[in-house]
Amino acid sequence: MLPSLFLATVLIAALSGLPSLLGKDVDGKGAARMLALSALCGLSVAAVTLARPGWQLDLAWSLPGARFTLRGDALGAFFLLPVSVVPALLAHYGTAYWPDAEHDRAAGLRFCFGLAVAAITLLCFAANAILFLVAWEVMAITCFLMVALEDRDAEVREASWIYLVAAHTGTLCLFAGFALVASARGSFDLGPIPAGWAASTPGSLAFLLFLVGFSLKAGLMPLHVWLPVAHAAAPSHVSAFLSGLITKMGILGLVRLLAWIPDPPVWWGGTLLAMGGLSAVLGLAFALAQQDLKRALAYSTIENLGLIAMGLGLATVGKASGNGALLMLAGSGALLHVLNHSLFKPLLFLGAGSVVHATDTRDLERLGGLLKAMPWTGGLFLVGATAIAGLPPFNGFVSEWLMYVGAFHSLQSWAWGAAAIFALCLAGGLALATFARLFGITFLGEPRHEASRHAHEAAAPMLTAMKVLALGCAAIGLAPFAVFPWLDRAASGLGPNLPHLSAHLSPGLLSLISGLGVGFAWIAWLSIRRMGTRVSETWGCGYTAPTARIQYTAASFGQLLTDPFHWALWPVRHLPRIRGLFPSPSHFRTDTPDPVLDRGLKPLFKFSSWVLGWMRVLQAGHLPIYLLYVVLTLVALLAWTLA
Amino acid sequence: MIRSALFSLCLGLIHLAVVVLLSPLLLGIVTRIKAYVAGRTGPPLLQLYFDLAKLARKDAVFSRSTTWVFLAGPLAAVAIPATAALLVPMGSARAPLGFSGDLILFAYLFALARFLTVLSALDTGSSFEGMGAAREVAFAALAEPALFLGLAALASFSGSLSLGPLLTVAGRGWGIASGPLILVLAGWVLVFMVENCRIPFDDPATHLELTMIHEVMVLDHSGPPLGLVLYGASMKFLVLGTLLVKLCLPTTGNPWLDWPAYFGGLGLLAVGVGLVESTMARLKLNRVPQLLVVAVLSSAFGFLMLLLQPTLR
Repeated sequence: MLPSLFLATVLIAALSGLPSLLGKDVDGKGAARMLALSALCGLSVAAVTLARPGWQLDLAWSLPGARFTLRGDALGAFFLLPVSVVPALLAHYGTAYWPDAEHDRAAGLRFCFGLAVAAITLLCFAANAILFLVAWEVMAITCFLMVALEDRDAEVREASWIYLVAAHTGTLCLFAGFALVASARGSFDLGPIPAGWAASTPGSLAFLLFLVGFSLKAGLMPLHVWLPVAHAAAPSHVSAFLSGLITKMGILGLVRLLAWIPDPPVWWGGTLLAMGGLSAVLGLAFALAQQDLKRALAYSTIENLGLIAMGLGLATVGKASGNGALLMLAGSGALLHVLNHSLFKPLLFLGAGSVVHATDTRDLERLGGLLKAMPWTGGLFLVGATAIAGLPPFNGFVSEWLMYVGAFHSLQSWAWGAAAIFALCLAGGLALATFARLFGITFLGEPRHEASRHAHEAAAPMLTAMKVLALGCAAIGLAPFAVFPWLDRAASGLGPNLPHLSAHLSPGLLSLISGLGVGFAWIAWLSIRRMGTRVSETWGCGYTAPTARIQYTAASFGQLLTDPFHWALWPVRHLPRIRGLFPSPSHFRTDTPDPVLDRGLKPLFKFSSWVLGWMRVLQAGHLPIYLLYVVLTLVALLAWTLA
Repeated sequence: MIRSALFSLCLGLIHLAVVVLLSPLLLGIVTRIKAYVAGRTGPPLLQLYFDLAKLARKDAVFSRSTTWVFLAGPLAAVAIPATAALLVPMGSARAPLGFSGDLILFAYLFALARFLTVLSALDTGSSFEGMGAAREVAFAALAEPALFLGLAALASFSGSLSLGPLLTVAGRGWGIASGPLILVLAGWVLVFMVENCRIPFDDPATHLELTMIHEVMVLDHSGPPLGLVLYGASMKFLVLGTLLVKLCLPTTGNPWLDWPAYFGGLGLLAVGVGLVESTMARLKLNRVPQLLVVAVLSSAFGFLMLLLQPTLR
C-alpha cells in the first residue's frame, strides 16, 4: 500500500505539468491542484512512515548494477514532509505570479517544476546508488531549465550556465563517491557500511568526494558559487524552490552518509563544522553587503545551510566520540532546521517576489515604505524575517536552540564545541542585523523611489501560499512539542541506541514562556490603548522640508558590520573625484562581487580557456584531418604492440 | 505536581513584583550618584516613577511615516524583560520557570526585543534613527559572543544548562576558580554596560543625536509609548543586573540573608554604574568595537581556564 501511494505521489508530481504543455491547462491551476493532490499523498506516506518505518520496494531494472529500490525510513520521511508540501504552495503562488498571459514559457516552467518535484520526492527514499544518481541528474537538469527560463537576458544565461557547471561537477564527485561505497558494500544498494572503512584511505577519499558533491548542491562556502547568481536570476517561486528544497538534497546526502557510517572519524565532523561555521558567518556578512533583495536572501540561504552543516558536524563528532546525547541533540537540531528553513526561506522569497511584482525592482535603495501599500505581504515577510533570525516565538529559534544545547553538551568531551557556540552566536547577531535591514529598508520608512510609491498588494493566491508557510513557522515555534516525536524518530536513525529527546529537553515550557511573553505584551498594549494620539512629521532636527532620499540607506545600515569583514568581502569602491573650485556632479558606489566566483573561478576559467585555445590548432574541423589522427594513432599503437 | 506548579506560580509573582516595582528605583540610584559626584542636587530618587506617571497621562504624537511596527518596539521593551525575569533566580528563590537550555532562550528574548526596537526606529524613516539602529545591531552582534562564551564557561563549570542552577553553582565557585570567574564577570560587566546603553559605550544623557545609540532610536516616541520604553530599559537593567549579582554572591538558602544580599548587590551595581558614568567619558564610536572584542576575549579566556577545572555540582 505505502509503496504504491509513494509511487503515485511521484507520478502525479511528474505529470502535473503535462496538461499545460499540451495546452489544456492555460492558467496552471490544474498543475497546482495535481501538486496539491501529490502533496496530500506524500504527507500521508511521510506520516505513516514516521510512525512505522521499514517498508521496502525492490524492482528489477535493466541498467547494470541498478535496481529500483526504495526504502521507507524515518529520516527520508522527515525530508519528505517539506518536499511534499512546499511545492504545492509554490505552484499555487505561481498561478498568480507567473501567469501565461504575461510569460510565454509558463507551461514549460510548470512541466520542469513537476519533474523536479518528482525527482526530489524520489531522492528521499532512493536506496540504490544508480537510482539516486538518476533522480539527482533529473533534478539538476530540470532546475537548470527553470533558472534559464528568461534566457534573453545575458545575466540569466550566465547564471544558468554557472549552475549547470556546478551541478555537474558535483554529480561527477558523487559518481566517484558512490563507486567507492559500492566497492565497500559489494553492490550499488545503499545502506550501512562495515565498521573500519571510514578510517581507511578509500573511506576518507569517499568522504571528501561526497563532501564536495553534496555541499556544491547545499551551497556551503567556498562551493557556493552557483547559489547567489541562480537565485537572483530565477523567477521568485523557483528561487524559493531552489533555496527551500534543492539545497536540502545536499544535506539529505550528508545525513544519509552519517547514518550509514558506524564509526566516522572526528575530523569529518570538524571539517563539516568548519565549512558550516564559515558559511554561517560569511554568508551573513555577504548578505549584509548586497543591494539586491534576492541576492541577499540567497546569501542568507548559504548561512542557514551553514548552520545545518554545523549541526551535522557536531552530530558527527558525537557519533565519533560515542556521545549519544550530542549526536541526538545536534542531529535533531540540524534536521529540524532543514524543515524550518524550507518553510521560512520560501516565505521570504515569495515575499520578495511579491515586492518585485509590485515595484519592478529588486534594488534595496529604491524600495521603502511598502508596509502601507502591502500590509499582508509585509506582515508575512516580518514573520519570516523573525523566524529566520532565530528569534522566539517562531520555529527558527527551536532548531537553533537544539543546536546550541548540542554544542553545550559537546564541551565535556570536545573543546572545539566552543568554536561552534562562538560561530552560532556571531551568526545569530549578524542574522538579526541582516533581517532588520532587509525588512526595515524594504517595508518601513518612506518610499525611496517612484516605483515603490505606486506598489499594490499581492494577489490572493500569492498571499494564501505565504500565509500557509507563515502558519507553519508559527506553529512549530509555539508548539514545538508537536513535532518533537517525529523529530525523535527521524534523528534516532542517525545511530544505534540513542537517548530520546525528551530525556534532555522539555519543549512544553518553551511554549509556556512564549505564551507568557505574548500575554505581557498584550497587557502593555491594554495599558496604553486609550492614549490620545496626534499625527505629525518625523522629527528632522528642525529641518522642515525633508525628502525620502535623506533616509538611512541599505548600504550605510550594513556598513558597521561589513567593514570588519573587509578581508573576505573585498568590496569595490568607486570613489568620487572632486577637483577644482566648482566640482562637477559626482557619485559614489560600492559593489560586493562574489570573491570565489568573480575573483577566483571566472578568471581561472578564462585563463584555462585561453590556454586550451591553443589546442584548436589540432582541431581544424575538417573530417579528413580527424581521420588522419585516427590512422596515425592506430599506426602508433600497432608499432607499440609489435615492439 | 499541582503543589509545585502553585509554588512556581507564587515565585513567578514575586519575581514579577520585584521587576515591576523596583526597577525604576535602580536608575534613580544611578542618577543620584551621578548628581552627588558632580556636586549637584539632582532629581529625587523616585524621579523615574514620577516621569512614568506623567508620560502615562500624556498624548502620543505619531509620525505620518509610521505603521503598527512603531508600537511593537515599546511593547516588546516591557514584555520581554518581564518574561526573562521568570528565568533567573532572585534572592533565595530559584527561577520560577527553569529548564535545560533556558539560558539560550534568555539571550534570544533580549535579541527579539532589540529586533523590534530597531524596526520601530526604522519605521519613522528618520536618518538619525536609522543610524542608531545600525549601531545597535552592530554592537549587539559583537556583545552576544561575550555573553555566550561566558555562559559556555559557566555551563561546563556547573554542569547545568539552566540559568538558575548555573548561577547558583557558579556563585559557589569563588575561591576554587576565582581567576576565570573574574574574567567571565569582567566580560559580562562590559556586556551589561553595552546592553543598557551606559558609558563608556553610550551616554543616556547626551544631547547630540549623531553620537547617540539607544536614545536616538526612540526620538520619535512620545507619551505612553515613550513611558513603556523608559520603563522597559529600567527592567532590563534589573534583570541583566541580576545575572551579575547572582554570579558574584553565593546563595546560602536562608531567605533572611539572601534577599537583603541580593537587593544590596543590585544597589551596589547601580552605585558602581553611577560612579563609572561620573568618572569616565564615553568612547569614540569607532573604539567601541575594540572594547567589545576585549569583552569577548575576556570571556573566552575565562572559558578556557574553566575547561581545565573539574565540573562542580
